[in-house]
Amino acid sequence: MRRLALALGLPVILFVVWFVASNGSESFYVPPLRVILGAFADTWTLERLRVDVLPSLARLAVGYALAALLGVGLGVAIGANPRLRAATEPLLEFFRAIPPPVLVPVIMLFAGIGNGMKVIVIAVGCVWPILLNTVEGIRAVDGVLSDTARAYGITGVARLRHLLLRGASPQMAAGLRQALSIAIILMVISEMFAASNGLGFAIVQFQRSFAIPEMWSGIILLGLLGFTLSMLFRFVERRALGWYHGLREAQRKGS
Amino acid sequence: MLDVRGLRKVYSAGNREVEALRDLTFTVDAGELVCLVGPSGCGKTTLLRCIAGLLAPTGGQVLVQGRPVAGPPPGMAVVFQEYGRSLFPWMSARDNVELPLKQKKVPRERRKQLVAGALESVGLTGAESAYPWQLSGGMQQRVAIARAVAYEPSILLMDEPFAAVDAQTRADLEDLVRALWRRLGVTILFVTHDIDEAVYLGQRVVMLSSSPTVVQAELTVDLPAERDQLHTRADQRFTALRTRVYEQIQVARKAAAGEYSGFAENGNMPETHR
Repeated sequence: MRRLALALGLPVILFVVWFVASNGSESFYVPPLRVILGAFADTWTLERLRVDVLPSLARLAVGYALAALLGVGLGVAIGANPRLRAATEPLLEFFRAIPPPVLVPVIMLFAGIGNGMKVIVIAVGCVWPILLNTVEGIRAVDGVLSDTARAYGITGVARLRHLLLRGASPQMAAGLRQALSIAIILMVISEMFAASNGLGFAIVQFQRSFAIPEMWSGIILLGLLGFTLSMLFRFVERRALGWYHGLREAQRKGS
Repeated sequence: MLDVRGLRKVYSAGNREVEALRDLTFTVDAGELVCLVGPSGCGKTTLLRCIAGLLAPTGGQVLVQGRPVAGPPPGMAVVFQEYGRSLFPWMSARDNVELPLKQKKVPRERRKQLVAGALESVGLTGAESAYPWQLSGGMQQRVAIARAVAYEPSILLMDEPFAAVDAQTRADLEDLVRALWRRLGVTILFVTHDIDEAVYLGQRVVMLSSSPTVVQAELTVDLPAERDQLHTRADQRFTALRTRVYEQIQVARKAAAGEYSGFAENGNMPETHR
């Protein structure tokens, strides 16, 4: 109860401050929050959610899933193979250093402006943290544990399943978490460049037609969406990595 | 059962070579409990990893049941010193014990029996569903022992398994190992740096020199098979044996000190052990 109050306290205060401070605003570009909230209710109807939010979420899901598959798959292969790792690591660091949004115009050139382009942009942009974290996670699998597995004949697929993937899963989760926020950014940006629907597209449309309160409401919706997804991620992660958090807790108490 | 012949291991890092094991030859017969004891840093773990097929030796051979070891031999189980790092932290105690059996394609019913039996034999009934990190160090090592027991090995290697647990737990675990050995008739090679432990547990003690390691001496422990912490350790014969082992280890260390600093046999070594 107390934790909930602490967590909600600051957002509520900021919201109230925004509401009160903007209440008498005459500025066209910074309308009162009261007006924005009104626009929110009018704009984001069920129909609108279906037409603009659903396609965005679908692109996000497909792109993110592709990146996860690719990142984990390649990451395991590279992490488990020292020579491959030595050969690819500098290259991977280079690709990681490229800011993902510059990919949009490049990928548009050969993937067009359809859904495919957006999915590719999201996948290519957010694969790097997943890949690099997986490599690191596989590399860091405990040597004694690895010896134990070998001594008991746990090899091949069983080794991959019970040792490598599980052992690297905390690092993978860290990569996936970073990738999630990148994916949301790229979803919006790719839709702002070229699209006929989607959240990013809607926000740009509002801005171009001077529907300023509606534009603001879109931004609030995006914030809420990102927040919800990150909460969802945390929930799933807590479940899947319960052992890891327990282990960490035990180690903290022990030392 | 286990035959180590002229085993040699040289680590090379860059253009520096470190000879960890020089020339090791000894055997362990079927059903024997042999303790390997040597000064710290004498390459015990290297030796054990070579025997377990986890490390390729530079020279010599290890034979298990007459067959040369090229990878982990199928009938061998290993208990490592670092219990905290040798159990899968994402699996319950039960799953940790069961996984190698699944891998060995033991049928489900038999598997259940083996797992329950092994956990019971190490006194872990009731803790089956706990994760390793929810258990104390001693209990974690019991899980590792249960895993080895359930595997039904013909030979069991133990690498300083009790070096990291407290004295009381250690005494309990020593008795557990003796009890399991007598009940199951398994061959055990027990590596330790603790002289008392070696004499208390073993039928025979193989003493190693300092690195580069050779077999310094061997000693048959002619204590009765029924041993207990209170009486055996107070036994005169026990004291005599541990003194013999201790002397040999000291000789090994002085020889090593002589080799490095040009000191002769009478170079003063600090009196430390354990």
